[in-house]
Amino acid sequence: METHVITVKNLVKKFGSFVANDNLNFEVFGGEIFGFLGANGAGKTTTIRILSGLSKPTSGEVKVAGFDAYRQTEQIKKNIGYMCQKFSLYEDLTVKENIILYGGIYGLTKSLIKERIAELLAKLRFQEYENRIIADLPLGLRQKLAFSVAVLHEPKIVFLDEPTGGVDPITRRQFWEMIYETAARGITVFVTTHYMDEAEYCDRISIMSEGKIVALDTPENLKKQYNAATIEEVFIKIARPVSLHPHPPAPFS
Amino acid sequence: MQNVIESSGISKNFGTTKALNDISFSVNESEIFGFIGPDGAGKTTLFRIITTLMLPDEGEIKVLGMNCTTDYKELRKNIGYMPGRFSLYQDLTVEENLNFYATVFGTTVEENYELISDIYSHIEPFKKRAAGKLSGGMKQKLALSCALIHKPKLLVLDEPTTGVDAVSRSEFWDMLGKLRQHNITIIVSTPYMDEAMRCDKVALIQDGKILAIDAPQKIRDGFSRKLFTVKSVEKYKLINTLRKYPMTLTAYPFGDSVHVTFINDMVDNSLFGYLIKEGISDVVVQAAEAGIEDRFLELMNKTE
Repeated sequence: METHVITVKNLVKKFGSFVANDNLNFEVFGGEIFGFLGANGAGKTTTIRILSGLSKPTSGEVKVAGFDAYRQTEQIKKNIGYMCQKFSLYEDLTVKENIILYGGIYGLTKSLIKERIAELLAKLRFQEYENRIIADLPLGLRQKLAFSVAVLHEPKIVFLDEPTGGVDPITRRQFWEMIYETAARGITVFVTTHYMDEAEYCDRISIMSEGKIVALDTPENLKKQYNAATIEEVFIKIARPVSLHPHPPAPFS
Repeated sequence: MQNVIESSGISKNFGTTKALNDISFSVNESEIFGFIGPDGAGKTTLFRIITTLMLPDEGEIKVLGMNCTTDYKELRKNIGYMPGRFSLYQDLTVEENLNFYATVFGTTVEENYELISDIYSHIEPFKKRAAGKLSGGMKQKLALSCALIHKPKLLVLDEPTTGVDAVSRSEFWDMLGKLRQHNITIIVSTPYMDEAMRCDKVALIQDGKILAIDAPQKIRDGFSRKLFTVKSVEKYKLINTLRKYPMTLTAYPFGDSVHVTFINDMVDNSLFGYLIKEGISDVVVQAAEAGIEDRFLELMNKTE
């Protein structure tokens, strides 16, 4: 039987009277690539913040890497990695310094950090950049390094929040190959993206709309279920409730 | 027909970085012209030059028949510019922002309401709300309304759909399509290759250079090889296995399949034999038409 690394039961998160997450239920398996999709404002970021121990649920049961999202947020943080498009590395530190910093934060020993630096630089063919500051790296290299740093401590789960926004098409594909490799090592990858073709690379995807999960299955099954040729079509059919499409213009006042 | 933009040999350096390198193109009246390329390709620098906010180091550019250096005052009256970063006043309301932009350009909201009504009607119910408190999609609609309120001849949109979900992106392009009937020329940049098909003409741009300029279908037709899609349940294994096949030229994941080109431009039984030997027996291979992204990848590989 497959093990669950994330279990979410009846998760509700409210901000005042606003229900950002409305009774979510899902599981994520070990080593799975799980695509977490939804329109802007659907509530994805709220869920990711809860799953990474940064915010507590209003009600419901949430377990991440075996730890409870109410009481064991520190253990959760130790067992996950996180990368987003906007910020992940210190721009005025060098490649090497960033790796040492993150290694230290995650409590790796000095000898292990040294080993990982050598491994990483070789794998990314990064040797020439070792002593360059991040600000001088092309975006694509930065994103690949940020991902590698996010899994430096071999977490159980890594959260990737729009990791490929704006990168060129070759780098975008190389990035996904890194995701495949990481998942093949047993690390669960939880990823959000606005590129619908990338959704097809996931083992399973969920689609959120107005705080609820409106679909969850493999890309194949979702396409069958909604009689669509691509996930983009599925997304356009269900990601946005009709109530958000306003009616034709009211007369000018 | 008059060219709205005529650019030849534009270059711009920042220190040792060549942000733009010998950029030449022309944009026709009422055209939707897309600059497609990743972050750092030079799109924003080019748009800043077009909007007279920056001078090129080399080359010549004329916009609406005017010189970007000497006629910038007159030119600015005729350009609507929506920068990549949300640049409206966050603490003014929706309505106040719109009125402000109308006043700056010496017009009123009423005068040009027809032009923006399709777009503005979506946010009009929230006109008393501070712009900073709007959702991403609503901010985008407000910014577009403000860029249009003086009825510009040329609309310049710098990555209006970046970070926007697929549904909203599609709606945004529908709005741009409707602006066509008002004879507004639109230049727009985007990192999303699939949006190229919504443009009349596109320039593929990478590292400060234009890789190709043409109608999107012609760019697709420019793909020089025969393209095949290969599908298997085990996607990652399939990619790696295909790359090791001696006749494979390129193999890239595209959605639920792998796009492959072969040295001899054909698929024969030896491919199936090879894949079965490697433990992949469920493959489906089909000939396919190349998309913009296939062509972009091909051009990138040529320049590297």
